Amino acid sequence: MSTTPRALLEVRELRKHFGLKSGIFSKGAGTVHAVDDVSFSVQAGETLGIVGESGCGKSTTARLLMRLIEPDAGRVLLDGRGIGEPGAQGLSVRDARRQMQMVFQDSFASLNPRLTIEDSIAFAPIVHGLSSRQAKSRARDLLAKVGLAPERFAARYPHELSGGQRQRINIARALALEPKIVILDEAVSALDKSVEAQVLNLLLDLKTELGLTYLFISHDLNVVRYMSDRVMVMYLGKVAEIGPVDAIYGRTAHPYTSALLSAMPSMDPARRTQQPPLIGDPPSPIDPPPGCRFRTRCPYAEDVCGERDPVLAAEGGGHYVACQMKKAGSGHSAAPAPIASPPPL
Amino acid sequence: MNQTAPSAEVVAAATARGYWSTVLARLSRDKLTVTCALILLGVLLMAICAPLLAPYDPFKGSILKRLLPIGSPGYFLGTDELGRDMLSRLIFGARLSLVMGIAPVLNALVIGATLGVIAGFLGGRINTLIMRTIDVFYAFPSVLLAVAISGALGAGIFNAMVALTIVFIPPIARVTESVTTQVRGLDFVEAARASGANNFTLIRVHVLGNVLGPVFIYATSLISVSMILASGLSFLGLGTKPPEPEWGLMLNTLRTAIYLNPGVAALPGAMIFMVSICFNLMSDGLRAAMDVTQ
Repeated sequence: MSTTPRALLEVRELRKHFGLKSGIFSKGAGTVHAVDDVSFSVQAGETLGIVGESGCGKSTTARLLMRLIEPDAGRVLLDGRGIGEPGAQGLSVRDARRQMQMVFQDSFASLNPRLTIEDSIAFAPIVHGLSSRQAKSRARDLLAKVGLAPERFAARYPHELSGGQRQRINIARALALEPKIVILDEAVSALDKSVEAQVLNLLLDLKTELGLTYLFISHDLNVVRYMSDRVMVMYLGKVAEIGPVDAIYGRTAHPYTSALLSAMPSMDPARRTQQPPLIGDPPSPIDPPPGCRFRTRCPYAEDVCGERDPVLAAEGGGHYVACQMKKAGSGHSAAPAPIASPPPL
Repeated sequence: MNQTAPSAEVVAAATARGYWSTVLARLSRDKLTVTCALILLGVLLMAICAPLLAPYDPFKGSILKRLLPIGSPGYFLGTDELGRDMLSRLIFGARLSLVMGIAPVLNALVIGATLGVIAGFLGGRINTLIMRTIDVFYAFPSVLLAVAISGALGAGIFNAMVALTIVFIPPIARVTESVTTQVRGLDFVEAARASGANNFTLIRVHVLGNVLGPVFIYATSLISVSMILASGLSFLGLGTKPPEPEWGLMLNTLRTAIYLNPGVAALPGAMIFMVSICFNLMSDGLRAAMDVTQ
């Protein structure tokens, strides 16, 4: 087809709306638009960072990819095969989970307190048909890989370990099925800074060693910049901007991204942020109004922003942004002039 | 790799203790719980070895020796209103009383916990169906329910047990359901689901281990309630029938002697009190010891 290599993971117009129930007799009190027509793709071997405020749909996206919740619409293609779709072009959810694993934020809640570390890691391989002995030997190998001495940790229980150690175990557990893609859902957010750095470097080492592809979900812009090749910015269930990490941090195109970046604490007091920060919380994702969802907090919002949904438009170099200001001929005063249509021949 | 594995296991076993050995070690430090467990063990042994321990036949009375006070020569704990030896009757009574305390709770634990785990884990319509049906039983006070079912089935030990089982299913199912719902929402269940395990494996490996502990402890505390309810049924003539020795029934028949010989009349009550408080304290101790995360 095209000359670009086929994406390892391709997400097309993924959507999840949660109905709110208010009582037995009423049909519903509105719909939470948690993830709304999100499309993106991930190439093998790259790290896609996903950033956004809490409630923007980052974690829901991750859970949709893992099929921990059922999407309302949209397709997820893994190596060109649709997850959960029938036929030869489809891929069963079970097989997809074998190739895609997830690390959760809460390192304690994501380990069964009644299982030893070894049993926790060996669980998934046993489910997938490995003998208990093989699975345990794999668990010990993985423990060594994540930097924990197997003979000291294998028989321990989660509550005997520190947060950083537990998160290493969770990483080992996610790797136990030898997946191609690992989704890291705020995997380092709960750790303190020095431990966080160790775990991040461990993740980078594992990526090179095992040829992994990461989806790195975080609200920490510094961490995302350190880890990612490309970055996707989400706002209220929509993609605001997506592009290579240098483009997002260097040639920011969306007003929301620039607001996020200006709120990022700087190490240099001389470079303190001068821009006013975003005011207030994001509006409720329950039955959002039409048009751009950021317009209620956007300093550049104009009438056109409430009339039409912004669509992702190419900025060049794989950088896409969903903003009327960047779309030629959108009607926004800051938008570039429409490109003259070629004269009909 | 395979050659180094055994030696690694030996080291690990030496450095880390298993879950149950941790619980046992904690229990052994808890003197109150140990005392209660020993008392209960004593009562259990007493029930098993009743024919060896009892000095007299618990059914054989004597018109001449009615209502002897505690400490009478030859009758250490006195005699009841028909002149039967109280000590022998209390020892034999432990058999029925323990059975009536434990059996209904065990039955209810099997049925109730199964219902609760299914309802809690599957959620949705199945949860509504099971739990609302269970709620119907909450409309009746438990004593009334036990009396009604027992009355409908007719007097007798087996029927009383069925009635008590039905009484205890709703609370056990409800506790199990709420614990299961809590556990099901935890990340480790999600993570296990994400690794491709089916519901049966998820419940077996990840849910049961975390649910049964608290439910088991709750059930232990119900044993004393069951004993008292069973005594109540016997008292009303719905459970055990005289002359069968059972603490509840003995309490009932000795009621007439409460002004004549209050010490003897209170003895079956004291036994019920001691055993049920031991079960309650032991369940508290178990709760503390089994919570390894603290």
